[in-house]
Amino acid sequence: MPKKAFKKSFKHTKAYKALVAGLWQDHPTFCMVLGICSMLAITNRLDNAIAMGVGVTFCTVFSSLFVSIFRNVIPARVRMLAYMVIIATFVICVDRFLKAYFITISEAMGPYVGLIITNCILMGRAEAFAIKNGPLLSALDGLGCGIGYSFMLILMALIRETLGFGTILGQRIMPGVWTNWVVMTIAPGAFFLLGIYLWIFRTIAKKTD
Amino acid sequence: MNTMNPLTILIASIFTHNIALVYILGMCPFIVISKNFKTAVGMGISVIFVVTLTAIINWPIYWKILLPANAEIISYLIFIIVIAATVQLLEMLIEKFFPPLQSSFGIFLPLITVNCIVLAVCLFMVLRKYNFVQTVFYSFGTSAGWALAIIIMAAIKEKLLLVGDIPKGLRGAGITMIIAGLLAFAFMGFAGMITLQ
Repeated sequence: MPKKAFKKSFKHTKAYKALVAGLWQDHPTFCMVLGICSMLAITNRLDNAIAMGVGVTFCTVFSSLFVSIFRNVIPARVRMLAYMVIIATFVICVDRFLKAYFITISEAMGPYVGLIITNCILMGRAEAFAIKNGPLLSALDGLGCGIGYSFMLILMALIRETLGFGTILGQRIMPGVWTNWVVMTIAPGAFFLLGIYLWIFRTIAKKTD
Repeated sequence: MNTMNPLTILIASIFTHNIALVYILGMCPFIVISKNFKTAVGMGISVIFVVTLTAIINWPIYWKILLPANAEIISYLIFIIVIAATVQLLEMLIEKFFPPLQSSFGIFLPLITVNCIVLAVCLFMVLRKYNFVQTVFYSFGTSAGWALAIIIMAAIKEKLLLVGDIPKGLRGAGITMIIAGLLAFAFMGFAGMITLQ
């Protein structure tokens, strides 16, 4: 099959749709306003944001995969508990990995690593997608959502670290006369920035409540 | 062990270290449920009840069972199961013995399982090595602080709907974020009174 035709046919597959939905139309932050807690709390530095993004993506992919594999075995009444157990298992993996290899990031993020468990995105994808679809599609859907979420984390952290500390990944980029905007490093700055992002996105996408 | 006065912890966790506006936790219900004042009060009270109860249950489990057994690696798993089980049990108890409460609080209970602050309180209590009495005060204070924040937010949003002419794209979650930012500024006024660690 020629490359172009392959690309075109790939665009119409379910897999592609599952992957891309999380990047734009069903973007977890903008459309569904989910998973805000950890997003606002840890994005004052870019390295934390990247670690969080990778951690959440890992958890969404694998929890969606496993929920989907076990979807015919999980009884409907206790499915929330089953999701929680699956998600918590992968979060423990992320937590241990960070503690072993990136101890400074792990300390900076503190309890927010453990709080990935209650990140609504994971539960949301399990309930809305993985419980109804096959393992491969669910993993792709998880990957799309994870990447969309990480992208948002990085976008927030870039602005907050630049304005708040005058640095990016610890490297000073602002000129010497720059006065750090302390407000960007703490909670109010995070709220305002997300509010502004939501405003911009919803105006472009013409999505309103 | 931490030697702070429990009363200091109570005040600090409500005002200076408000979990919604300083630690930015419990945001999903904070955005979704804060449209109506009455609902916000119901949610706030349910959260106070569940958070305090689960912290009281999880404290002995962590310090008396998991730690001596060297099993703190699975503490997340145990905490979350305890939380889910407690919520389920409460739901059944309310349904059975207090049916009038069902319509006002029962509907919020399933939502609380995924509320970050229930787990967050358990994690902070372990991280800061609180003793039992401190844990009780801390969990009550934290959840009361969260309830305070969501009730203030709901009241502001209700008034705003009457008078405000909000740009289209900013309606809903957007304006909630901006109001939360301003509220967070207000709560920063308390900072410096007490520092928790």
